[in-house]
Amino acid sequence: MRYLPLTKEERQEMLETIGVDKVDDLFTAIPKEIRLHADLDLPAPLSEAELVRHFSELASKNNDLQSSVSFLGAGSYDHLIPSVIKHLAGRGEFLTAYTPYQPEITQGVLQSIFEYQTLICELTGMEASNASMYDGASALAEAALMACAATRRELVVLPASLHPEWRDVVRLYLESQNVSIAYLPYDEATGLVDPESAEGISWSEAACVVVQQPNFFGLLENIAPFKKVAEEHGALLVMAVDPISLSLLKSPGELGAHIVVGDGQSLGNSMGFGGPSLGFFATTGTKLIRRMPGRVVGETVDTDGTRGFVLTLQTREQHIRREKATSNICSNQALNALMAAIYLSVTGKEGFRDVGYQSLQKANYLKKRLLEIEGLSSRFSAPSFREFVIQGSVDWDEVNIRLAEHGFVGGLPLARFGLPESVLFSVTEARTKEEIDSFVNLLRGLIS
Amino acid sequence: MTTRKLVPLIFERSTPGRRGYRLPDLDVPEVPVTELIPSDFLREEAPALPEVSELEVVRHYTQLSRLNHGVDVGFYPLGSCTMKYNPRVNEDVTSLPGFATIHPYQPEETVQGALELMYNLGQYLAVISGLDATTLQPAAGAHGELTGLMVIKAYHAHRGEGHRNEMIIPDSAHGTNPASCAMVGYKVVEVPSDERGGVDVEALKGLVGPNTAGLMLTNPNTLGLFDENICEIAKLVHDAGGLLYYDGANANAIMGIARPGDMGFDVVHFNLHKTFSTPHGGGGPGAGPIVVCKELAQFLPGPVVEKRDDRYTFVTPENSIGRVRSFYGNFLVYARAYAYIRSHGGKGLKEVSETAVLHANYMMHKLKDVYQLAYDRTCMHEFVLSGNWQKDKYGVRTLDIAKRLLDYGYHAPTVYFPMVVDEAIMIEPTETEPKSTLDEFIEVMRTIAQEAKETPELVTSAPHSTPLKRLDESRAARHPVLRWEKA
Repeated sequence: MRYLPLTKEERQEMLETIGVDKVDDLFTAIPKEIRLHADLDLPAPLSEAELVRHFSELASKNNDLQSSVSFLGAGSYDHLIPSVIKHLAGRGEFLTAYTPYQPEITQGVLQSIFEYQTLICELTGMEASNASMYDGASALAEAALMACAATRRELVVLPASLHPEWRDVVRLYLESQNVSIAYLPYDEATGLVDPESAEGISWSEAACVVVQQPNFFGLLENIAPFKKVAEEHGALLVMAVDPISLSLLKSPGELGAHIVVGDGQSLGNSMGFGGPSLGFFATTGTKLIRRMPGRVVGETVDTDGTRGFVLTLQTREQHIRREKATSNICSNQALNALMAAIYLSVTGKEGFRDVGYQSLQKANYLKKRLLEIEGLSSRFSAPSFREFVIQGSVDWDEVNIRLAEHGFVGGLPLARFGLPESVLFSVTEARTKEEIDSFVNLLRGLIS
Repeated sequence: MTTRKLVPLIFERSTPGRRGYRLPDLDVPEVPVTELIPSDFLREEAPALPEVSELEVVRHYTQLSRLNHGVDVGFYPLGSCTMKYNPRVNEDVTSLPGFATIHPYQPEETVQGALELMYNLGQYLAVISGLDATTLQPAAGAHGELTGLMVIKAYHAHRGEGHRNEMIIPDSAHGTNPASCAMVGYKVVEVPSDERGGVDVEALKGLVGPNTAGLMLTNPNTLGLFDENICEIAKLVHDAGGLLYYDGANANAIMGIARPGDMGFDVVHFNLHKTFSTPHGGGGPGAGPIVVCKELAQFLPGPVVEKRDDRYTFVTPENSIGRVRSFYGNFLVYARAYAYIRSHGGKGLKEVSETAVLHANYMMHKLKDVYQLAYDRTCMHEFVLSGNWQKDKYGVRTLDIAKRLLDYGYHAPTVYFPMVVDEAIMIEPTETEPKSTLDEFIEVMRTIAQEAKETPELVTSAPHSTPLKRLDESRAARHPVLRWEKA
């Protein structure tokens, strides 16, 4: 095998050292009745060249979004990715390291996480961030559980305008610990949630109220009423935010959030059919910080007084606290967090704002152009960021197949999420006016 | 006092007004932002991100990378983490646009290649584990544990036995096992290890009962030992109405040699970043798919991929627990594992495990006269030494030995785990290291044992030649500084 360096002679030498005749003698602890006597029934091994050919064939059965023009979002976004990211994050010293257990020889990963934590704090306005979670959905689930632990309450209030898959993940995590969920409906006309007008919510039992900003429909929720109900009832305010939107929007910290989570894919990570990306998780105040799940990096000094970074506050974690840990998370998404940090560093203060600004402008342009098509209307009236829902009595699945034939990927039909005739479009800074115009013209032709 | 800095923080390199990134000019008609977003929603000041040039970014991260040890840099015998070589071609093939730039909500017709890969990988993992149905959704080993336990819980509830709430776990288990139990509301019942390092079967007999939901076991366990009584253990748990969960962290020892399904396990998770060579990335991303027996397939998180005629399609299992993550898991990670399996085939994977076990036994034999061996038995892919001799005779602790290894250019083994061994040093050489590396490491471990005897202060004050000396971890915890602040 090409990755096994052992020669026949070396194998013999090792066996002699150990004092056995053959490799098989090392497996005598495994009861005979469960030893496997045939080879695993797997396809024959491929050489490197054959593997590359095989993957190219598989890849050719997918319409990639480098050669198509996409208007899909809903949690995975086609933002531009600066070239430097893959070169830097692809360096073997980062790629082939594990969790930095030996800080003296892993300052590269540790410092980059410390910088990542700072960047997330800058975006969210929180005091502390962890080193990353699996994705936005599981980060939100952990935030809800943390709120329960912090308030000793067992009810979580979720908005119905939350991404449906995130809602499913949160529901499963909460049900597993017998935490109840109440849902805040969204207004059919605006698409927004108004927590104050919601009925039947036992607010006094609520550990937290969650709001997603922008919500699943791309709309901008009004955060003030959420803050107000949370404050009134001693619940925590948990915000699930889109990081790109934070280039323009007030930070959750400014709005009074206690815990802020989100998915960081749009920060320099490829879509990759949905993963890997990263979940970010930030909070504020000593008490909450000590309840955070996951790894955290802190600053310290070495015996010479030189600044260095280490994993810290580890008494929260599973390898120390076992069943009393704040979470079971161990491996996280460190490399994706590194990519997010490089992204935020290279785009920088001005460039990052441009990404948000252009996405907003281009999304608004597509929306305006689509509304010129007869039969299409805006599903909701509230202001949106880079996504919006269009309504029209059209077979959107069929339209999407036709669009694919022309090299376009249409929006996400929301029928599967209970909104028939509606479709969610997303536009990033990567789209050009020409692409948007061609798309609108093609779509007009297909549906009229 | 100004502190010396190894590499400045990216924020400390920032110069107001500098840009490292430029988008094309906006080509659509511009509308004032306040016409699109209510003005009281808007930030007054942009987030204080660094203002640096692209070259400064490249230098910054390149300098940081040079402070870091990875498998590419040198030997990394971190026990239970399987730090094997990460084949570079797997990076290339998974970064093809046909994989890296596809969207999870594209119409199925336009992502048949991705679905085909997912379907086949699920099948391969079923073959390797001896079980039936796979979900690729869990993002890491602990996430797989959580998913597996949720499936077990759903199974008992489905049978009207939702009262079963006790999960039996050996005292040598990974910390994630009890932590995952807590996440599903299970009570942890600890079973002690016997004098051979396996599950104490007599003790287990007293622990199983009508409340037993199951038993979680790593086999080979964290001592690197295969539990010889596995068939009896499985029978005890099954007879009590419980299920068996296989923590696949140590699966690098058994591929093609024995299958968890044949051992009696009902649920398995694999750490694809360990056994199947996907890069660990400084702490992730991993992937922790689970494979379950037929009876449990109906409870798996959805969607899973099915093959209908020549077309692949997403379906949700009948009594699915729901979702543990958005979309379909860490696709680009498990695509690398798929590449690894296709590169090896059945024979190749067996040779991987055989070699991993041979390497570990060789090393163990070459070291057991200078370090106490916790359990003197044939080991599997890893073994656990103890620093007790060095501690008792010379006052040199395992931590010191670990730090001294850094001076010689190695990453340290896993230390102080498993907790059932005092001053534990858990070494996993993996199959991809050449014999010369193993011999050099053995020599260094013997040299350090000698140093502990002759010049103990050289070891207790290590490391000496790393970019930083020993770091003050208690200071970091006492006064947490978790982010940079502008001076």
